[in-house]
Amino acid sequence: MKTFKKSLLAISIIGLTSTAFAYEPSKPTCIAPAKPGGGFDLTCRVVSTGFERAELLQKPMAVTFMPGGVGAVAYNHINKVNPDDGDALVAFSSGSLLNLAQGKFGKGLDENDARWVGTAGVDYGAIMVKSDAPWQTLGELVEDMRKDPSAFVLGAGGGVGSQDWMKAAILMKASSIDPKKMRYVAYEGGGEAVAALMGGHIKVYPGDIGEMKGQLDAGKVRVLAVMSPERLEGEFASIPTAHEQGFDAEWTIMRGYYLGPKVSDEAYQYWSNKFAEAYKTDAFKQIVAEKGLMPFYMHGAALDEYVKVRVQDMRELAKAAGLIK
Amino acid sequence: METLDFLATGFSVALAPMNLALVLIGCFVGTLIGSLPGIGPINGVAILLPLAYAMGFPPESALILLAGVYYGAEYGGRISSILLNVPGDAGAIMTTLDGYPLSQKGEGGRALALSAVASFIGSMGALILIVLFAPLLSELALKFGPSEFVWLMAFAFTCLATMVGSRPLKTTVGVVIGLLLATVGVDSGTGVLRFTMDIPNFYDGVDFLVVVIGMFAISEVLILLENWLKNDMKLTPVGKSFVSMSDLIAVKWVVLRSTLIGFVIGVLPGTGASIGSAVAYGTEKRFAEGNDDQFGKGDIRGLAAPEAANNASAAGSMLPMLTLGIPGSGTTAILLGALLMFNITPGPLLFEQQPEIAWGLIASMFVGNIALLVMNLPLIGMFVRLLSIKQSYLVPIIVMLTFIGIYSIHGDSFDLYFMVLLGVFAFILRKLGFSLAPVILGLVLGEVLEENLRRALSISGGEWSILFNGPISISLAVATLVAATGPFIYKALKPKQ
Repeated sequence: MKTFKKSLLAISIIGLTSTAFAYEPSKPTCIAPAKPGGGFDLTCRVVSTGFERAELLQKPMAVTFMPGGVGAVAYNHINKVNPDDGDALVAFSSGSLLNLAQGKFGKGLDENDARWVGTAGVDYGAIMVKSDAPWQTLGELVEDMRKDPSAFVLGAGGGVGSQDWMKAAILMKASSIDPKKMRYVAYEGGGEAVAALMGGHIKVYPGDIGEMKGQLDAGKVRVLAVMSPERLEGEFASIPTAHEQGFDAEWTIMRGYYLGPKVSDEAYQYWSNKFAEAYKTDAFKQIVAEKGLMPFYMHGAALDEYVKVRVQDMRELAKAAGLIK
Repeated sequence: METLDFLATGFSVALAPMNLALVLIGCFVGTLIGSLPGIGPINGVAILLPLAYAMGFPPESALILLAGVYYGAEYGGRISSILLNVPGDAGAIMTTLDGYPLSQKGEGGRALALSAVASFIGSMGALILIVLFAPLLSELALKFGPSEFVWLMAFAFTCLATMVGSRPLKTTVGVVIGLLLATVGVDSGTGVLRFTMDIPNFYDGVDFLVVVIGMFAISEVLILLENWLKNDMKLTPVGKSFVSMSDLIAVKWVVLRSTLIGFVIGVLPGTGASIGSAVAYGTEKRFAEGNDDQFGKGDIRGLAAPEAANNASAAGSMLPMLTLGIPGSGTTAILLGALLMFNITPGPLLFEQQPEIAWGLIASMFVGNIALLVMNLPLIGMFVRLLSIKQSYLVPIIVMLTFIGIYSIHGDSFDLYFMVLLGVFAFILRKLGFSLAPVILGLVLGEVLEENLRRALSISGGEWSILFNGPISISLAVATLVAATGPFIYKALKPKQ
């Protein structure tokens, strides 16, 4: 018992000395900029549960919610109220980046008003039709679509200018059909769009592959192509990519975290290191898979750079589609 | 009878001691949450979700607890509607129309008891329908496309046009204010920001709960304050608190019809208890044509209809969530998120692969509803005594609860300012003789109407003929026409006195 107490003391002293000069969050928090239960909630659970299971934090990380505008409310809050709070990670997705690119994150705010620090993982776009639809490959679908684009109703869970719309527009561009001729129907969330696909109200649903597991297992929908750079692994290995079928249509849904723009370099480096450590553990990899995400690990300066390039790409896409001037 | 076997399995799950305890806790907490103004089923489920996750409950137990909170709140929402004219949640807005006048007449106890029974029948009826027709209904719900929704909303609007009876102009103005509020936010058809004044909090549109609580609760508080300043405070007398058999017999068809209406609307994806209760109320008022002068003044039919309907739609909205993995309402969207957090994939295979979860939940809802009735009837005496609290205590309590409730939605003080602003606006409207229910219904129905009309037109490429594309939409169009012209035809045919 005595030796146990001593060793405990020793451990705590080592713990103290090693962190004495480094940044240590007093109240580690992950802000999910949506209501509980959605994709941002999931993103926050990846870091809070992943870091806990990998034993990376001295204090458990709390998850709080700040819904509004696919992250716009949280982005404004961080910028105006506590831009230097090193304890608070905020979840983002490529949907947030797309809105940022279109200036829908508030007046005067762009991708330089945050410090992008780590990723949780990725999901990929997927072109889906009802299981009894006549098309077996993307080629067959596009061939029919070229004949009369206006007879093909595409629908998804976001409005014009959202990620889902972007996926549809990219598919049109890759099939050399004018995206402006596309008939696109906006639903409130992916669930309603899947219902519309199964009810026959829309013909094509450009959704995300990860969220479709249940419907795929039940054989209610058919995935014609996944919009990933290479074939996926595991249960999705049998689905061909759009590339393989001769269409240059890719869409990666990235999920990750940022810190406020005025957070100190020590704090930024602290979190960046924690992500680097987490990516090496099985505990973190496992939670990423449990939440339906695929591995995509990037942190620190590399991610900051990557996000800025991606937002710029999106800005050009949005310009080409006539969404912004 | 395969279904009965499954149901028996379900009951063995639901009656396991821990699950039984959780369903009782869920119902009790739900009633409490529902009866507090500002905190509705969405907040209740959202607050308890992380807790259930952290406690490490097995998935079926967590779901039983959360669902108990959901329909418990739908049950409890009526209490403050009837006693204080402040809806406890969005589904209880219509309950204020006849519930509050009844309690002003000193019949608060009677109103609470009757609405408890109507709620009970609404839930039980919906559950029986789920057990009998689950697979069939979920297929039918898919047939409901944009044009069907357009007519359903048009039907609801025509029913409501005469809702507040003698003042059609003021009702129309109220609906238009609601429609205006519905246009705020990102327009999904074009991606353009509408009327957001560059405030990011408006990007998703105005929050429904902020409008409901601001307009009802805050304006009610202002009216109480005004009476206090005028020294015109009278305590409402407390009446007898039991349902009489004759009351129940008088509303039996009303309750059954409203159960059916509420259930069907609950099953449809994207529509919930607030729309279900509004359509049921409007339909009953039409049914009572010529004999409807008491509606809005404390008619027990106008109380029973929305209460049966909102509970039936709460149960109904579980169906598409379980069978298709598609949420039927905002709260079931959160329940769906909860399932995903427990690594359960809702959808067509849930009933086959994990029957203990699907049927355990359904069976627990039977148990929970009986518990709610047993729990609620004896408590009525206590609830009614709420009215004998001095208003100098009651007002601060209401204000505190609304502030906590609204702040808990987004965690942003912006909503509090907006709520107070809306409250003052609603106070002025009420002083001018406007009724608030049309404003709220304009907001709810208007959003669904606009979204679906535009979906229909983008599917058809602008052809309006799509609105008559199938038997369901044509039937609904005919029903709308009948509802719109009914009163005039009735007047013309009525023998002159």
